Order: sequence, then structure tokens, then C-alpha cells
Amino acid sequence: MAVVENSETPSQAGRQVGWAEKVPVQYWVVAILLVIMPAFTSEFTLFQIFGWSFILGMIALSLMFLAGYGGMVSIVQMTIAGVAGYMVAILGDSAITEISQGWPWYVAIPIALVIAVLFGSAVGWLSVRTEGIYTIMITLAIASAFFYFARQNYTIFNGFSGFNGVLPPKLFGVDWRGGTAFYYMSLFWAIVSYLAVLYLSRAPFGLALQGVRDNPRRMAALGFNVNAHRVAAYAFASLIAGIGGILLTWQSAQISPGTAGIGPVIDILIIAVIGGMRHPIGPFIGAFIYVLLKTFSIDILVALGLGGERFQLLIGISFLAIVFWSPDGILGLWDRWKDGRNKDRLLNDTEQKL
Amino acid sequence: MRQFANRHPVWSGVIVIAAAVLLWMIFAVWPAWLIDTIGRKKIFLNALFNGVTLGGLYFLVASGFTLIFGLMRNVNMAHGSLYLLGGYIGFIVADSTGYWLLAFPVAFVVVGCFGVLLQIFVFQKMEGQDLRQTLVTIGISIVLADLMLWVFGGDFFNITPPNWLSGPMETFLVTGVKRSSGDLIYLKYPIVRIVIFAASVAIGIGMWVLLNKTRIGMLIRAGVDDRDMLSATGARIQFVFIGVFAFGAGLAGVAGVVGGTFQSIAPGEDIRFLLASLVVVIVGGMGSIPGAAIGALLIGMAEQFGSVYFPTYAVVLTFLIMVIVLAFRPQGLLGRA
Repeated sequence: MAVVENSETPSQAGRQVGWAEKVPVQYWVVAILLVIMPAFTSEFTLFQIFGWSFILGMIALSLMFLAGYGGMVSIVQMTIAGVAGYMVAILGDSAITEISQGWPWYVAIPIALVIAVLFGSAVGWLSVRTEGIYTIMITLAIASAFFYFARQNYTIFNGFSGFNGVLPPKLFGVDWRGGTAFYYMSLFWAIVSYLAVLYLSRAPFGLALQGVRDNPRRMAALGFNVNAHRVAAYAFASLIAGIGGILLTWQSAQISPGTAGIGPVIDILIIAVIGGMRHPIGPFIGAFIYVLLKTFSIDILVALGLGGERFQLLIGISFLAIVFWSPDGILGLWDRWKDGRNKDRLLNDTEQKL
Repeated sequence: MRQFANRHPVWSGVIVIAAAVLLWMIFAVWPAWLIDTIGRKKIFLNALFNGVTLGGLYFLVASGFTLIFGLMRNVNMAHGSLYLLGGYIGFIVADSTGYWLLAFPVAFVVVGCFGVLLQIFVFQKMEGQDLRQTLVTIGISIVLADLMLWVFGGDFFNITPPNWLSGPMETFLVTGVKRSSGDLIYLKYPIVRIVIFAASVAIGIGMWVLLNKTRIGMLIRAGVDDRDMLSATGARIQFVFIGVFAFGAGLAGVAGVVGGTFQSIAPGEDIRFLLASLVVVIVGGMGSIPGAAIGALLIGMAEQFGSVYFPTYAVVLTFLIMVIVLAFRPQGLLGRA
């Protein structure tokens, strides 16, 4: 499926290039736009639309990393995020004081992330024993098992209602749930994980992982431990999903089984597919579209003459349309459009940009 | 079987002992110490019967799923939606005509036709691209779930069985001894569940006969092994595909009527049964009908015993079975490597 191209421009020989010049212009434009965003948007938009998009984008990014570079479509990413969120609620502070341990954030958050990574690696260890389509089924089964377990279990997970009042720590005297502060916090982590994935995709580990995706037998013959690479990819993806999960818990100030229910679990897959799994920016585009649809679906649906509660229909049909016509998502559409523009219509289609 | 006993003497011993203990627990009158440790025999027997009948229902759903996968290598994530659709259609038919039995053929035919449409318009168009097929069927199941919620609302529907099938039936299994008179007490069990279980066993045997003793079954088995070679010999493989898909989908529809009769149909059941059939075929082995039967029995029993004896961890038990099977036999109990 997705072919990740190594589009790094080779630096001109002889001339020393500063790091600022290496970054393409589009990155500067987007970065500056994102940084000055709070100057001209409302708190609601910052918190609800951008904050949420960044978080969902991070969780979908972890799926994109596994699927795009490792060829493993793992549906369990939202569950890993849920595990991290639950652990923060259980180890840290929440309104359910009988269960929450009330540990300080600098203990609770690292432990929560470690548990999430361990959980993700265990899932990875189980699912790398099989390949392709089986991965989807096994991770879907694990995700739903977690959902039903968290809903039934009252001693650790507080059952159906979960935990509320899970708030971010008041670090540096800032209320991190305020619109602007939360926007910057989620933006920071989204950029960090985006760059980490981008870096890793070109590092030896990422290249080996792509080799494993394309031809596991040849990689094994070359002396690479195929399964270890796959499990390590799961561990790395779990870290990103875990951070996303903690941010998600803080954003809604609560976590319940429904957060990692079967619907949200599938939604992450939809986000990644709509955005495209070729490049790490895809999941963020997908998340932005998803959040916009979810927030404004009522207006769209009413305009179409349907009831406001038909959101799932809208998202399902747009997902189907994307999968039918552009399996690479929005990014695939974009690439095709670019190719089409570069093509000289007088020549035959074989001679495209040289 | 003899081969298995020769190769794994220890495991066969364990299986024989477990079967003997189970038989003794089913037929004997329990001594007092056993009742003290794990509760009354009636509870145990009820859990066992519920588990077995639930396993029958799971088998109906999962066998179609595994057959379709085994032949066409496509994972039909909309299988749960077919189940739910069958349930709703069965409810409408049984409710409007008053004939419970009529619900089964109608659900089979309607859902089977729907399966044919799926095969022609979705799966044939993207043959060999299994990830894309999976994604498309996930999309279809989302759309179908919302359409059915739209049409039927969020209420629970129950298909009422006819009078001759309602009420309990006395079985020959002893649950205990009356203290006052010394008479034996026999287990009472809903007759409709027993009939449905018998029917699913009959369908299972019928499928086995069809697959192993007929010409169509031979075509299907050959297609499972090597479908390119089969089409090269001149068999019209697309017709076989359509037929198998229709049959598998129709079975899911029939299972929906069964599920609506002894449980209820409501939004969300589609995902539940999709997951159940996923777990069943992961445990039993992809593409294997006997594997689906064993997996369905195991999962059904694990669910019922779990919910009776350790209520908060019932899901974990099901999940544990899956993890153990995956860890030691990734291709499933009866799957081929």
C-alpha cells in the first residue's frame, strides 16, 4: 500500500546549509500560522476544534506510523490512548477519590505512559504473530475486550461512569485547560510527535521497518529480527498514542469506557484513512476534517433536510467515498491533482515530469 | 484422532480426563462438598446449557464468516450488520404474518440477496486488495447501522416463538434430590433453545456433508486450496463465489432471527456479533467449519460460565482463551499453517 517517498532534498555539495534553510517554505508558513492562530480565533475554536484535532491527529498518527511504515493496521491505538488516560485518572487526581491515588503529576504521567507502552507492546507481540488482515481482527478484538472489561470492572476502572474531574496540573501557574494554553500545549505535543515520526522514518530503524513492510522474508535473510522491529514500532506508536490519550482525558476532564469504545476506535482508523497514510501530515488533515464534520454536522445535515442525529451516516458515507475513489485519502487526491497539472496534455501520459 | 493421540499422549490424557470430569458433573448427583465449593448443580447445568446454545448461535454467525473468508480471502466486516438485518426482517415477517417459521426462509433469502449485491458491487471490484475490502466493509457496516437505527429506532425487539415452542421442557438430567421425599429433581430448560440448538447442529452437519460429499462442496474446497488453479480448469469461480457469499450472508440472516428469538435485537448487536465471530474464527482457525464449531462452543461456554462464576471478569476469560490460542497456535486450533 502506501509508499513513503524519501523526498529529502540533497544539500548542495560544497555549500554549508543552515538548518533554517533546509526546512521547506510550506513548513514555515504553516508553523507561523499555527503560532499566531490564537490572535484571531475564539477560545472555543482553539480548544474544541484545534485542540481536539491535534489530539485525534496524534492518535491517528500512531496508527499511520504502524500502517504506513510497518504495514500493520492496528485498530487498538485508541485503546492504548484510553489506557494512558485511565492510568492518569487512577494514579493521579480525579473526582473519584476512593480509587484515584492522588500521586503528583511528575510520577503519575510517566508511569501512565510506561503502562501504555507496555500494553501496546504486549498487543504488538500478540498481533505480529499473524499478518495482514488478521492484525485488524485481533486488534479489534483486543480493543473491544478492553472496552467491555473497563465497563464491567468497578474496582479499578469504576465501571460505566469512569472518572471525571481529571484535570491537568497547574504548572507555572497556568490553567492548562484554558483555550489558548490548551491550544499551545496540544500543538506542542502534536509537532513533537510529528517531527519524531518524520525523523524516525528516515532513521535506520524506520528504514528497516519499511523494509520489513515490503519484504519480511528478505529482511529476515539479511539478519534483521523482523518481529522485534514490529514490536518496537508498536512500542513507539504506543508512546504517541499514550500522550494523545492523556491530552484527550484532560481536554474532556473525564475518561469513561465510551472514550475507548468501539465507535471511537473505528473513528481513528477512519481519520487515518481519510487523511492518507503516505505521510505523517495525513492523520492531522483527517482529524481536522473529522472534527469539523463532527462539530458542524448538524448544520450540514439540516441543510440537506435530514435530522441532526444522522452524523454517523455522513461520516460513513464520506469514508466509503474516500475508500472507493482514493484509497490514499486526501493526500492521494492531492498527489493526483499535482501529477495531473504537471502533465503535458499534448504528450502521451507516459511522459510526465522528468 | 488416533494420530493426535500418538503425537500428543499427555494432551490427549488431559482431554480425556477433562471430558470424564465434565460427564460426571453433568450426570451425577452432586455430593455436598462440591455444592459448598462451587454452588448448586442447577446453576452449573444452566450455565452449561446456556453456553452450549449460545455457542450454537455463534456457530451460525461465524460459520458463514469463516466460509467466506476461507474461499475468497475477504474479511467481511459487515457480517454483523447482516446478522442485525436478518433479525429485523425476521421480526417484521413474524410480527405481520404470525408464522415464526416463515421468518427463517425470508430472512435467509433477503439477506442472501443482499450478500450477492455486496459480492458483485464491492468485492468483485477490488479483488485481491484485502485491506481496501476490509475498510469498505467497515464503512458499509457504519452506514447500515445508522440506516437501521433510523428505520427501526433504538428499541429492543423480541421475536416471539409460537406456542408449541414456548415454556420449559423437562430434561432427563438430575439437578438434585428433594430433601422431604427423596425424589429426584430434573432440570427444566426452555424448549425453544433446545430446538434451536438442534437446528444449528443440523445445519452444521448439513454444511459438512455439503462440503465433503457433493460436487459443489468439492468445487468450494478446491477453491479454498487454490482458486487460480480451479478457475484454470474451467470452473466458473465467480458463480461459486457469489453462491458461497449468498449462503454465508443468508446464514447470518437466519442467525439474526435465532438471536432475536432467544435474546433480542437492538442497535449495537451487530458489533457484538461481528466481534463474537471474529474471536470464534481466530480461536477456531480461519476458513475451517469444524474450527468454527469448536471455537463457538468454547467462546459461548466461556461467556456463560464467566458471567455466572466470576461476573466482573467474564470478558477477560473469553479474551484469555484468544490470547492463549494466539500465543501457542497463531493459525487457530484447527487452522492450517
